[in-house]
Amino acid sequence: MNRRGRDIRGAIFRVLLLASLAVAFLTLGTLLVDVAGKGFDFLDPRFFQNPPSTDPHQAGARPAILATAYLGVLLLLFTVPLGVGTAIYLEEYADKNRWYNRLLEVNIQNLAAVPSIVYGILGLAFIVRGLGLGRVVLAGALILTLLVLPTVIIAAREAIRAVPDSIRQAAFALGATRWQVVSRQVLPAAIPGIATGSILALSRGVGETAPLLMIGALTYVAFDPTVLGPFTALPVQIYNWTSQPQEDFLKLAATGIIVLLGMLLTLNAVAIWLRNRYERRW
Amino acid sequence: MSSAGLSAPALRASRRRYGEDVVKVLLALCAFVSVATTVGIVVALLFPALEFFREISIVDFLTGKDWSPLFEPARFGALPLIAGTFVITLWACIVALPFGLGAAIYLSEYARPRTRSVLKPALELLAGIPTVVFGYFALTFVTPLLRDIGIQVEIFNGLSAGLVMGVMLMPTVASLSEDAMVAVPRELRDGAYALGSSKLQVSTRIVVPAAVSGIIASFVLAISRAVGETMIVLIAAGQQPNLTFDPRRAIETMTAFIGATGAGDVPTGSIEYKTIFAVGLTLFVMTLVMNLFAIRLVRRFREVYE
Repeated sequence: MNRRGRDIRGAIFRVLLLASLAVAFLTLGTLLVDVAGKGFDFLDPRFFQNPPSTDPHQAGARPAILATAYLGVLLLLFTVPLGVGTAIYLEEYADKNRWYNRLLEVNIQNLAAVPSIVYGILGLAFIVRGLGLGRVVLAGALILTLLVLPTVIIAAREAIRAVPDSIRQAAFALGATRWQVVSRQVLPAAIPGIATGSILALSRGVGETAPLLMIGALTYVAFDPTVLGPFTALPVQIYNWTSQPQEDFLKLAATGIIVLLGMLLTLNAVAIWLRNRYERRW
Repeated sequence: MSSAGLSAPALRASRRRYGEDVVKVLLALCAFVSVATTVGIVVALLFPALEFFREISIVDFLTGKDWSPLFEPARFGALPLIAGTFVITLWACIVALPFGLGAAIYLSEYARPRTRSVLKPALELLAGIPTVVFGYFALTFVTPLLRDIGIQVEIFNGLSAGLVMGVMLMPTVASLSEDAMVAVPRELRDGAYALGSSKLQVSTRIVVPAAVSGIIASFVLAISRAVGETMIVLIAAGQQPNLTFDPRRAIETMTAFIGATGAGDVPTGSIEYKTIFAVGLTLFVMTLVMNLFAIRLVRRFREVYE
């Protein structure tokens, strides 16, 4: 093959690769511009103050936005201790040659890839009906907890693994017990990574719709939600508006999307800031 | 050599520390939650599904061509749902696999570190968009766009849902494939360059083959996610169980059926209620097989190069 032919083929290949990336970014850009254009009309204080209504010009998403905020807070409260605890167990305590620890690891990797709607079925069967908790915010938070837990565990494990062994060995050499090593050396060093991973997992959980649909979050809620009361989360409200035939409700859905993406982008920005501000290279 | 008088210092703990044991048990309990989740999923799906299969034979379920569980006369042939899931997954893969792989090759082999450090978080941003938003986009933007360019799609159709899902899955494919490519040792590339290879040759004949198990794992995971994705299909593909491979028509997937039925008020214990679990079990088993296969492959490439 002559040199010229090679150059041309190389250039074509490069263009094809760039085109692949362009597909992703053009879609992302188009989506954002499209949604912003459609949802701008209804983006006013009323949207944040009013409950949903059959009149699109009176409708707002106040109960849904509040419920999503509650879900987010509960989600963090539940997932962080459980996820970090599991990660510490796997990284610092578990003997990896034992079959049950290896099984645990595969189990977590699989759970991370189980479809979210299946978690919804689990919630429907056990948390709503089995536990008798009902279709309430707390039930939604528990389901989302199980859903994002594998993500938090995987992120926390990576953060813990990034702490060099020399630090552990130095602490052991000074006579520290295993828990002293973990709680005073390893965890403080791993906190930025854990925080970043947890916030990213939170933003994934808050944007979930399907499992909440299954536990009956598709209801009309005119009042501010409580932890043990019925609720509609913001993504479910968006779905609800999207399935209405009138044009104005589609616009309201777009407004909801702007608010939801605003919340998620803020979370992501915080996570990236944390990573850049506190990340330490050993 | 005599060891008299030179006894080694005791390297045991001076006393048993019960606090340490308590901590270990607590941490193991945290880990147990994940095990309980899996057991819970299996139990939650299996028992109602078994009751369902006592009334409808599993062969009729998997080979029947009519699906109308909520209307009289109720029919429980899941083929339309399985075909719908197949159509969506196929079109999602047509977008996600080649473009995701292309993006991965660019990021791993071509992009400068600076470019890469901008492009990777931007791709993560795409991965962070909720699926309900992609569903909205498919219904209100992509479907009208397809009609404008002369593709006669129904208002609800498999094509726009599949294409949008493909873009959504690109970051999954790109990020895992890129991990596998970055793990390919530099010496392999250097050797090929030393023999006079071009960048194109190194990428396609050295790096991609060396990273193939990771690439296949990313493909399998993407397929698994496409099969399990709910909101995009629920919003944009319609909820009509048509046994068709024509992506321009409205279809229903397994997930969309579960979502639509679960969101409605189906009485507990009824056959309609149990249908959710039968379809859910089918979905869970399909994704489980793919996930375990992908996990194995990832482990293999980690073992070879890391």
